[in-house]
Amino acid sequence: MLRGAAVLVAALCLLPLVVVAAKALESGPAEAAELLWRPRVGELLRNTVALVVLTGTLSAVLGVGAAWLVERTALPGAGFWRVAFVAPLAVPAFVNSFAWSALVPGFEGLGGAVIVTTLSYFPFVFLPVAALLRSTDPGLEEAARSLGLGPWRTAARVGTAQVRPALLGGLLLVALHLLAEFGALEMLRFPTFTTAILDQYEVAFDSRSGSVLALALMVLAVTVLTLEMLARGRTRHARVGGGAARRPPRARLGRGLPLALASVTALAVLALGVPAWSIGTWLTRTDQAYESIDLGPAVGSTVVLGLAAALVTTLATFPAAWLVARSRSRLAVVLERVTYLASSLPGVVVALALIALAIGFVRPLYQTAPVLVLAYVILFIPRAMVTTRAAIAAVPPELSDAARALGDGPARTFLRVQLPLMLRGTLAGAALVFIAVSTELTATLLLAPTGTETLATAFWSASSSLDYAAAAPYAAALVVLSAPLTWLLLRSSHEEPSR
Amino acid sequence: MSDLRLSGISASHPRTPVLHDVDLSVASGSTTAVLGPSGCGKTTLLRVVAGFMRPDAGEVHIGSDLVAGGGTWVPPEKRGFGYVAQEGNLFPHLTVAANITYGLPRRDRKDSARVAELLELVGLPGDHAGRRPDQLSGGQQQRVALARALARRPRVVLLDEPFSALDPELRVATRDAVAAALAAEKATVVLVTHDQAEALSFADQVAIMHEGRITQAGAPVEVYRAPTDRRSAVSLGEACFLAGRTGDGVVTCALGSLPVRGASGERDVDLLIRPEQLHLGVDGGAGCPAQVTRTEFFGHDALVELRLDGVDGALLRARTIGPLTPPVGSRVSVTVDGEPHLIDR
Repeated sequence: MLRGAAVLVAALCLLPLVVVAAKALESGPAEAAELLWRPRVGELLRNTVALVVLTGTLSAVLGVGAAWLVERTALPGAGFWRVAFVAPLAVPAFVNSFAWSALVPGFEGLGGAVIVTTLSYFPFVFLPVAALLRSTDPGLEEAARSLGLGPWRTAARVGTAQVRPALLGGLLLVALHLLAEFGALEMLRFPTFTTAILDQYEVAFDSRSGSVLALALMVLAVTVLTLEMLARGRTRHARVGGGAARRPPRARLGRGLPLALASVTALAVLALGVPAWSIGTWLTRTDQAYESIDLGPAVGSTVVLGLAAALVTTLATFPAAWLVARSRSRLAVVLERVTYLASSLPGVVVALALIALAIGFVRPLYQTAPVLVLAYVILFIPRAMVTTRAAIAAVPPELSDAARALGDGPARTFLRVQLPLMLRGTLAGAALVFIAVSTELTATLLLAPTGTETLATAFWSASSSLDYAAAAPYAAALVVLSAPLTWLLLRSSHEEPSR
Repeated sequence: MSDLRLSGISASHPRTPVLHDVDLSVASGSTTAVLGPSGCGKTTLLRVVAGFMRPDAGEVHIGSDLVAGGGTWVPPEKRGFGYVAQEGNLFPHLTVAANITYGLPRRDRKDSARVAELLELVGLPGDHAGRRPDQLSGGQQQRVALARALARRPRVVLLDEPFSALDPELRVATRDAVAAALAAEKATVVLVTHDQAEALSFADQVAIMHEGRITQAGAPVEVYRAPTDRRSAVSLGEACFLAGRTGDGVVTCALGSLPVRGASGERDVDLLIRPEQLHLGVDGGAGCPAQVTRTEFFGHDALVELRLDGVDGALLRARTIGPLTPPVGSRVSVTVDGEPHLIDR
């Protein structure tokens, strides 16, 4: 039964892939190729690739550099910087771009897009690399030193090998987010596949050329996933052997200290200070907005949608997470991976697929909350999957033996022992989904029932009409709602340093 | 309390057989220790009795009830046994009191008198009832696990290496407290362990297990004195073996002709001599001359390795009182206290 449920969830997650491909190739590959082979598509491709390469490189440099300074040097205030460099994730990229363009007139194009997306997404690299640098046993580095390698060659040969999987994982997230990013890039007038798909849809309601672009975008996402997998290779960096792990030593900065402090301060000011300052300034002018602002309805629908999606997503993760944590059978691992693959698709692809399905098969569901929640589930299931799986794995199977010996059958054992013990970890996953949903823009714009505004879409319509004063309260609300994300991410990176 | 009978038990993990035709009876109210190295199948045996695992063949009886075998399968929660595992496996989300009353019917779970009684039985102060498992030491956790197992007045108590995760000092104290509690409840107990001292001191019957078979079972003194083979002999403690030949009530070996029970006919045998049976006298005294080649000092006692004079230069190990250990290179004369045990080749 568990297996059946897991297969069902995986199939549901794969649905968008199939639908988009089918839709794009509906009228034959020739026409699809024709739609694809246009100068406009070439420009989109160049833009997308340039953005991914530039932002990826900058994020890697900033993320690894900041992680090394915070975790491996005697930089004062490591605890503060650690939080400061994860916190930018609580500012959605489209809010960040609003903050920058509201502050700096004429802030747009490739340069603006690279700056904003780098400042928004470098924490995806910082977080895993810092966790890894903090947790790796210095034993390996000491062994390298004892074998005659100097400090620089040790860093080059041992350090990079250790950091590589975390860096690649972080870069993968950066790339996937860039492919999916709509709000920030639209606002900065930098067209990529995702923004083009939405424009096409909104202007022409032309689902076929949109689907062809979506197919191209999907191929890009899968390419990124494959590249990451190839680069990661089969190497494992597990600790071999027992013995207590030690904390790595911290390098003294000496005369480099002022420079190091200046760099981390500058990064924090750009990533956190600018949006805070900009949103704060516009907030004080909110009474100059064209219309009076009532956050109530938007907050209400955001919370309801977020809670519904968090609940359904968490329930949906359960079968596969249980199978993976308890048996690690091949089928279970495949099912878990499938949910990851589907959710690495950009939100716009998932949304288009669900629109096509709803219009084609269940017309009454088109533009209703259930379809929107389904999109959220498909998009955010890995966030809950990781925590649910860890929560299940953290309950020793021996405890159920103990409960059986004390007279409980399997069902009562689950209710009295496993469920209470899993609840906390599962709630953390649900909270991650809630936050993701409450700041989701792309799929919500496409799928939300007519007249339903979430904080993100309300912010979007205000900032699209350049009414910065009206957008500021929504921006502030979005940031407040996402703030716990910082804590949740820091907490999970402490528990599971290898991911 | 009931007795426990296993007959012809075979069991396997996927593709690897673990137990082969195991028979074992545990008398009502007695304690049996199953002793063997890790991987010998002793934990599997316990899991078969508990019902966490199905045997491929054989029968398990608890008292007059058949619980496994012959088409019968009673799930673990219906078998009425108490179970204490190596790590205790207390429920981390429940207090000590809630752990202890976990298996009781709902109306009895609030009975604080019963909790106090059980805590006292395992030698813990009553104010521990409100604590969480993570506020207890390892030894205290094991005592609570036992109290939890005994709360339901089980027919049989199964202990799976319950002391091996504890520090040596704590181990002895916890073992004594557990033994006292089990004796007070007149429980039928099966203890699984790889620690020979624990098995010999804790149990009324010791069953020696090797590669999925029980090779010998009997009273501790009996199996220690008269193991059926060399492997059993070694698994119960330090042992020396001397090759010898039987004849007319004696065995002739490097230590001369020694009177040994069962030495009839003429055949080659091994003599088992425990190190504490060897007595070291001054050089030139009665006994066989030998030279000390190595010593291992433990404090209260020491092991002395000796090379007997003579052609084959047999090596023996003797246990001496620590401070009286002769230095390496010194010469001694060796005599045997008590009768060696004969093991057929």
